[in-house]
Amino acid sequence: MNLEEYKGVFVFVEQIDRSITGVSFELIGKAKELAQDLDTNVTAVLLGDSIKELAEELTVYGADRVIVIDDPALKEYTTEPYTHAMDQVIREFKPEVVLYGATSIGRDLAPRVSARVKTGLTADCTKLEVDAVTKNLRMTRPAFGGNLMATILCPEHRPQMATVRPGVMKKAKKNPEAKAELIEFAPVFEKNNKYVEVLEVIKKETNKIDIQDAKILVSGGRGVGSKENFELLQDLADAIKGTVSSSRASVDANWVEKDRQVGQTGKTVRPDVYFAIGISGAIQHLAGMQESDYIIAVNKDETAPIFDVADYGVVGDLNKILPLLTEQIKAAKSAK
Amino acid sequence: MKIIVCVKQVPDTNEVKINPVTGTLIREGVPSIMNPDDKAGLEAALAIKEETGAEVTVISMGPAQADIMLREAMAMGADHAYLISDRAFGGADTLATSSTIAAAIKDLEYDLIITGRQAIDGDTAQVGPQIAEHLGIPNVSYAEDIKVEGNALIVKRQYEDRYHMVKVQMPCLVTALGEMNKPRYMTPGGIFDAFREKQVTILTRKDLDIEDKVIGLKGSPTKVAQSWPISVKPAGTKATDLDPQEAAEAIVEKLKEKFIF
Amino acid sequence: MDFTLSKEHEMARSLFREFAQKEVKPLAIEVDETEEFPKETTRKMQKQGFMGIPVPKEYGGQGCDTLTYAMCVEELSKVCATTGVIVSAHTSLCAEPIKKFGTPAQKEKYLVPLANGEKLGAFGLTEPNAGTDASGQQTKAVLNGDHYILNGSKIFITNGKEADIYIVFAMTDKSKGTRGISAFIVEKDYPGFSFGTKEKKMGIRGSSTYELIFTDCIVPKENLLGDEGKGFGIAMQTLDGGRIGIAAQALGIAAGALEATIAYVKERKQFGKPISAFQNTQFQIADMATKVDAARMLVYRAAIAKDTQKKFSVEAAMAKLYASEVAMEVTTKAVQLHGGYGYTREYEVERMMRDAKITEIYEGTSEVQRMVISASLL
Repeated sequence: MNLEEYKGVFVFVEQIDRSITGVSFELIGKAKELAQDLDTNVTAVLLGDSIKELAEELTVYGADRVIVIDDPALKEYTTEPYTHAMDQVIREFKPEVVLYGATSIGRDLAPRVSARVKTGLTADCTKLEVDAVTKNLRMTRPAFGGNLMATILCPEHRPQMATVRPGVMKKAKKNPEAKAELIEFAPVFEKNNKYVEVLEVIKKETNKIDIQDAKILVSGGRGVGSKENFELLQDLADAIKGTVSSSRASVDANWVEKDRQVGQTGKTVRPDVYFAIGISGAIQHLAGMQESDYIIAVNKDETAPIFDVADYGVVGDLNKILPLLTEQIKAAKSAK
Repeated sequence: MKIIVCVKQVPDTNEVKINPVTGTLIREGVPSIMNPDDKAGLEAALAIKEETGAEVTVISMGPAQADIMLREAMAMGADHAYLISDRAFGGADTLATSSTIAAAIKDLEYDLIITGRQAIDGDTAQVGPQIAEHLGIPNVSYAEDIKVEGNALIVKRQYEDRYHMVKVQMPCLVTALGEMNKPRYMTPGGIFDAFREKQVTILTRKDLDIEDKVIGLKGSPTKVAQSWPISVKPAGTKATDLDPQEAAEAIVEKLKEKFIF
Repeated sequence: MDFTLSKEHEMARSLFREFAQKEVKPLAIEVDETEEFPKETTRKMQKQGFMGIPVPKEYGGQGCDTLTYAMCVEELSKVCATTGVIVSAHTSLCAEPIKKFGTPAQKEKYLVPLANGEKLGAFGLTEPNAGTDASGQQTKAVLNGDHYILNGSKIFITNGKEADIYIVFAMTDKSKGTRGISAFIVEKDYPGFSFGTKEKKMGIRGSSTYELIFTDCIVPKENLLGDEGKGFGIAMQTLDGGRIGIAAQALGIAAGALEATIAYVKERKQFGKPISAFQNTQFQIADMATKVDAARMLVYRAAIAKDTQKKFSVEAAMAKLYASEVAMEVTTKAVQLHGGYGYTREYEVERMMRDAKITEIYEGTSEVQRMVISASLL
């Protein structure tokens, strides 16, 4: 393999229902940085059916070139035609780097492509950088259940491929003046045994409540004060796509249903983020939540034991802090 | 119908602790378990077995200790077990691993291959689709449900905001989500049979028809340049003098650091 | 002498432990507070093969051994002693005597559904005036053509009312004393068989403890278990095996209390440090752990003896005597180490202490065990 033949940073653009997902723009943002270090440019690869006009959006976010493959075979995502398309792009254009979103599409497509073109793939990267000396891509990702970080190289194969976690990289600033080269590429799609048929598309409904499945829990205790005040927690949970849970005190007071109770006599949870709002942190409660990845406590009482286990604690009035927090989270989300 | 389920023995990463003094991972005493997504895949296969009388074979690649996990799979109801185990396969990345497993599967009969979506120690979700590619069969990832319909499967394929009901012709490969089912327990008698009546067939380098250049460390395009434990959870901080506005901002900052949004 | 478990026993333990943690533990508090028999858990255990562990596969069982069965009762009892005794009474006291003394037809009809989980079993020996002195049986059975007619009552019957099949002892010839006692297999819906009051108990409160009442109860002649007049021997041999189950239950309660206490003392802080940092705690834990382990050795030895020796009464008696007294001692210490919290229903050691007491009483009190042991020595 002549590594020199491979040039350019490519981004697989994920579109669903002809709408480009956020991670694609984030990848272009990152790709621009990498392209600068590699002294090359950024190519966005847009696949779908009747999606040509989406290329403009990719341009303003920083793609120097957009390769469009517009074919009815690419209407809904299915593995084989998308793999075929990316394989053909890679063979034709020989990119140095190809980035995919670590989504349920990217994490299916990228491995299949890697096996077809016989190159390496690093999953779920949180950091990408170019080695100053070798110019290889340094791909960093969490491993071992999030206990380890590892930096992976793909030194002797091209392209170097990675999937990247959504929300990690920053989008580039929009530049409405930007121009990009548009290439319409039309590989032939021939049905074979690997094609599957999408019988039905079902949009997900709002999820049912199981606090043990929740990635984010907004948990309230005696300090919340009333059933009505739990709405402040619900608002926060809604804004951050979390679930409301509680301590035993709130269940005993009938502010919250029993199936949301965390602790010794409730459920044991370990979400990514646990908000302990107005929870003092009795040992029975801690037993049910202290394995959470990140614990944020808000409590009036500076000496509350919850602060011993919290990663970040704020001493203050939850009635004032919560509405402001909810508002800021909404604002931050809509700004993205 | 013949089903092959790929299973991996993994350290229970929930049980991994970090030495607070040295900052290194404490791997000793961490129990080894059957990877949860794989176990869900095995359950799906056993459910099909109950319905159709399918034969279920489990296959794993790993060190000799993986024997115990394959016995567990048989104690749950799998009929046969293979362990691909040889130093020559060591140091494999996902591509080399998938090439090796595909080479072993190629010599077996199958209509359906089920793998877990991803393993909790690597979290890559790559080996399943890659095996399918090596074998030239279709794959459907992120399955939340599988139904057999004649020569085809109807798979409920999960996406972030939707499902696809996908019809795929066998032979094919499906990657199973842990949430697709609740795996059955072993039975006491199944455990005794797994050790006393059934066996685990070991496949070594010489048993596989595969080129040296695609296996083990040499066959791995990706290399780990370095790895380090994520720093020990520091003692939490407690802000005592923030006004509500500042407090809210501080929490938002923390959430951003944790990639919550 | 080898003190390591085989791989299959290790794996069986991990199965029982996982099942106990996931399926049994979450209900333990509720079972105790409501005093309701855990029907759903029992159904799960039946489906899971837990009700026929030492029964050969040809009779619908799992084809494992007594040690595996004891480990099952132990692991269940670690989290819920009520659940442990359901398995123990069913297996040791109902399936086992049919396996040992039943005719091929009785095994086919009763042992198979007991072992494969379709039916639940119980055992009725104790009467108001026949406790430790089981020879004082008042229940009578009179042969009348092709059936026996039973009259009398049994008390403190574990799995009472919930069970489908009962081993019941009755006098067929009062003049012969213990040699006039016979054993019968009685189905729940036989005419003349009814249930009296449910006992309200200190511990194992979810266990269904009922009075069995026989009023001209008609039992087919072919349901005589063993020969007429051999009932007392059947009862005593059955109880030898039952004691291993209760010893395993006691061991489980003690081990469960120890585990809970170790977790607690590492978390609970007083005077600025976890109470596990205090030497009193350390020494208490050391003593508790040593006794639990010693109990485990005796229980496992008795279980193995049952499968390999002709007689195992002494081993079983020692195991039950020691394990039940250790259960009482360890749970009491566990409550003490938990302090005020330990006395509340929020922590499980309070329940374990109440549950432990019965193991010193049923299936032969500690005093009976001492009689058995000393009789073999003197």
